[in-house]
Amino acid sequence: MSALGRFLRNPAGLIGLVLLLLVLAAAVSASFFYPDDPLRLAGRPLQWPFANPRFPLGTDNTGRDIAAQLLHGARISLLIGVVATLLSLSIGVAVGAIAGYYGGWVDDALMRVAEMFQILPNFLLLLVLVAVFGSEIGTVTVAIGIVSWPATARLTRAEFLTLRQREFVEACRTLGMRDARIILGEILPNALPPVIVYAGVVMATAILLESALAFLNLSDPNVASWGNLIGAGRAVLRVQWYVSAIPGLAILLTVLAVSLVGQGLNDALNPRLKGTP
Amino acid sequence: MRLLALASRRLLASLPTLFLVLVGLFLLLQLAPGDTVDALTAQIGGGDPAMMEQLRQFYGLDVSVPVQLGRYLLRLVQLDLGFSSIYGKPVASVILERLPVTLLLMLSSLLLAIGAGTALGILAARRVHRWPDTLISTLGLVFYATPSFWFGLMGIVLFSITLGWLPPGGFEEIGAGFTGLRRVADIATHLLLPTVTLALIFLAIYLRIMRASMLEVMTQDYIRTARAKGLGEAGVLLRHALRNALLPMVTLIGLQAGTLLGGAVVVESVFALPGLGRLAYDAVTQRDLNTLLGIVFVSALLVIAVNLVVDLLYARLDPRIGGRT
Amino acid sequence: MTSLLEIRDLDVRLPPGGDRAFALEGVSLALARGEILCVVGESGSGKSILAGTIMRLLPPGIGVAGGSLRLTGEDLLAMPEAGMRRIRGARIAMIFQEPMTALNPLRSIGDQIGEMFRIHTGLSGAEIEARALALLEEVRLPDPPAALKAFPHELSGGQRQRAMIAMALALEPEVIIADEPTTALDVTTQAQILALVRDLQRRRGTAVLFITHDFGVVAEIADRVAVMQHGRVVESGEAEAVLNRPEHPYTRALIAAVPPLHAALRAPMPADTPPALRIEDLSKTYRRSGWFGRKGRETRAVADVTLTLPRGGTLGIVGESGSGKSTLARCVMRLLQPEAGHVRLGETDLLALRPAEWRRETRRIQMVFQDPYASLNPRRRVGDLVAQGPVLHGVPRAEAMERARELFELVGLRADALERFPHEFSGGQRQRIGLARALALRPEVLVADEAVSALDVSVQAQVLRLLAELQQRLGLSLLFITHDLRVAAQICDRIAVMQGGHVVEEGTAQQVFGAPREDYTRALLASVPGRAWTPPETAEVA
Repeated sequence: MSALGRFLRNPAGLIGLVLLLLVLAAAVSASFFYPDDPLRLAGRPLQWPFANPRFPLGTDNTGRDIAAQLLHGARISLLIGVVATLLSLSIGVAVGAIAGYYGGWVDDALMRVAEMFQILPNFLLLLVLVAVFGSEIGTVTVAIGIVSWPATARLTRAEFLTLRQREFVEACRTLGMRDARIILGEILPNALPPVIVYAGVVMATAILLESALAFLNLSDPNVASWGNLIGAGRAVLRVQWYVSAIPGLAILLTVLAVSLVGQGLNDALNPRLKGTP
Repeated sequence: MRLLALASRRLLASLPTLFLVLVGLFLLLQLAPGDTVDALTAQIGGGDPAMMEQLRQFYGLDVSVPVQLGRYLLRLVQLDLGFSSIYGKPVASVILERLPVTLLLMLSSLLLAIGAGTALGILAARRVHRWPDTLISTLGLVFYATPSFWFGLMGIVLFSITLGWLPPGGFEEIGAGFTGLRRVADIATHLLLPTVTLALIFLAIYLRIMRASMLEVMTQDYIRTARAKGLGEAGVLLRHALRNALLPMVTLIGLQAGTLLGGAVVVESVFALPGLGRLAYDAVTQRDLNTLLGIVFVSALLVIAVNLVVDLLYARLDPRIGGRT
Repeated sequence: MTSLLEIRDLDVRLPPGGDRAFALEGVSLALARGEILCVVGESGSGKSILAGTIMRLLPPGIGVAGGSLRLTGEDLLAMPEAGMRRIRGARIAMIFQEPMTALNPLRSIGDQIGEMFRIHTGLSGAEIEARALALLEEVRLPDPPAALKAFPHELSGGQRQRAMIAMALALEPEVIIADEPTTALDVTTQAQILALVRDLQRRRGTAVLFITHDFGVVAEIADRVAVMQHGRVVESGEAEAVLNRPEHPYTRALIAAVPPLHAALRAPMPADTPPALRIEDLSKTYRRSGWFGRKGRETRAVADVTLTLPRGGTLGIVGESGSGKSTLARCVMRLLQPEAGHVRLGETDLLALRPAEWRRETRRIQMVFQDPYASLNPRRRVGDLVAQGPVLHGVPRAEAMERARELFELVGLRADALERFPHEFSGGQRQRIGLARALALRPEVLVADEAVSALDVSVQAQVLRLLAELQQRLGLSLLFITHDLRVAAQICDRIAVMQGGHVVEEGTAQQVFGAPREDYTRALLASVPGRAWTPPETAEVA
């Protein structure tokens, strides 16, 4: 059975995919349902959900439409998730591949750099980066990508360390193949499945990191981010707790979707793990 | 002896890394627009250039960057972290005041995450692909996906505001003047919700890795050997599988020590806990770069310390590590 | 004679969806007190499932479908689990193939042997330790008190297997099931362990069910033999009868595939044959870096090795693990960097070449690897794998594919298999693909590193025949690395015996096998299991 077939037969992966498509649909349809700026004043503040048909999810403490922010927030979360993940994977895979393939002092040096990032609490580093370079949304995304590459590098390195000793890699070398071609053409395709699976974790972490940053008012205040809305809702938590609750659920579902797809990919790409007693 | 040698070796190896981290961060912070003096004067609504110049001299900001770096490192060796402009105290003493709260929070969360994660992971592995496994694994996924600050807020709504069982924040009842056990109980009730909040995501991670490594270990040859000896399932589990299965989780604890500390920043903000994380947040928003650097330094030390403990623990569990080679 | 263990009409079902429905079908065997019964078969014959069934330790999904299993009359299949646990270890004990993985890496040897007593007896701690110590002495471990406290990784493979045997003997079981207990060991260690098993079994009168794939081991140790194929016992009887007068065609084929332990009669190489490959003063040392004043460790894996491979001939390099034979092969192929020496291919010193020059020269010398599963990239079609080499060396793609097609036919594979992936082939077929890949560059020298060691004996015979045939046809010179002296005897013109990085003896195959000069060579030859038995010349049924 193909990997795709296995993925589609996996209930976890399938549920995740459906959820992720829903979030994607929300992101795509945001401009269609709410073409205006989601952060503009839309009506009387603090209207409860379902109370006013104009605001199906109510309004927040400054009178902004929660539903509009929710849909537009999906864009931000997905965008940050995807871009930061791609960045983190590119750095991580490149570093891990080179370190794992060459070993020796190259490996030592690169892993020392990774260790530097590991010694620093990633959220603290994120705070420092935002403090230095500002909290514009692009900066935040790049900063998240930068703080989250070492784990990917470790994973890739571990794969390369075992694969480079495999006889098929030795066979390529005895055929006269260049290192670059061995790394990219022979080892990488074999090392990639666990990395792809891990991308789900990276993306989930990226979304959570951005929302935490936004919650602390340290992310870009000019975009509709779920974390921002939760942070704003804190002021009225005592009574109008729904302002914080609703975007939190959105984050939960999005991260859950990403994790489930990751797990589905895992089961599909590493079928031997399943069904073993 | 073996453990001591291992420990000192690890400590020595992490020193250069720590040094590089600090130099890198110091230079990074030089890129930040505006310095402490700008932030200070902005707070009091602007100041005249002469006073700002004086302040710069006071904070040692009037010399070139390499000299500043040199001075900074020199002071660091003497464990002098500089002066906090916001708090008007030495950074070291500000940090020391805040450290116990963070340590307590981290430790309790870690213990909860490890304990519950191990137990649930084993339970799921023993009932793999049956309903307890499905339930636990689903719960793990949900825990993992829950933003901690949001969980904390909802916890406050439910347990503090609606039910009134737990205090909504703070480390202890200020001014209540509790002493002895009464104070311990007070702090415990204050820390209950923050601990669960911070532990949640790690609990999810540990339970997942514990389940996976348990399943993996149970396929190993020595498990078959143990069964062939006539050992019952409980004996196989406790005497042969458990210790082997713990190893990947122990490794992960070390790798994630930094993440745990990062999580504490957010959780302390949610529950208004006067800890290191909260301090970091204030330092960032108020551009108190001295304090921020100090916190990073202390956090790095903390992460190194946690890793050291983890390494020692691992070496105790696994005789193959740091052996007599 | 009453049977101790009696198996009758045993059927064991495999999970649905596999390539066959039953792991065992109608298996009947009887094990008498004090005898060694060898169960022989190739991989997939069901012999290991048999062991699991007797212990009632089958993986989930595999279950007994019929038949009976009695130990001194007691029906093991009907016994409740608690009763069965009292039998495991105490009345039926097991020894496994891989002593490294079969022992818990985190617990000491003494602890793991003592566990036998703790499970089944109420002995005190001191008493248990004394018993464990006595057992370690009985299996002749050097320094038993130290071994008691040692962890598995601190012992050698042979010592671990001795500890494993001590554990099995602990409660003086009536039956010991040994599942390929010597397969993972070197030949001299294997000989010692076999002698130990035989000796202990005689002294204690234990019955041993000995599972193996190796007819040499059978000849060495068995009283009686049962031959299994596809889950059925096809032939059983007295060892002497089955070994020398096999009746079932499958048994005859298996025995015919066992290479005899004397040099095959090959036309001797003329003395003035020019060398195809000369290895001169080659040394390779492994270093482990020290840490802050701690001394790094050095291992001389290859020490001043000088060897000549005559053109068109086969030079066998034999030795046990750690002798440096594989390191030597990897140095020749520049997969490892030796610190000294030359490898001359004709006039070219391969080790002196710059990387780009070496990549061009690779067409002249190629390698076949040991592991048929790891040596082919699982994500490439086998046609690509074979065509890859020529393409890298500038042959147009279409031509390279054409060459791959020809090579597939040459190595006995169907040309329409080119489009398939490695996992669709059996181990023997994969080794043929690896051979085709190496030959695609039309090399002068072929280095084969344990190229047939992972294969079942009948497949091994086929690949060896193919190799010899191709050598004749293409005029190849072969550097053949193996731990298996029988295989070396069959295919090599010259033999070099390695030990601890040195070549201890080198000569023609006739001389090394017929009149070895060195003690180590003699010890090695004396360790080959079943050396006294010469497989009968039967009509080959392959």
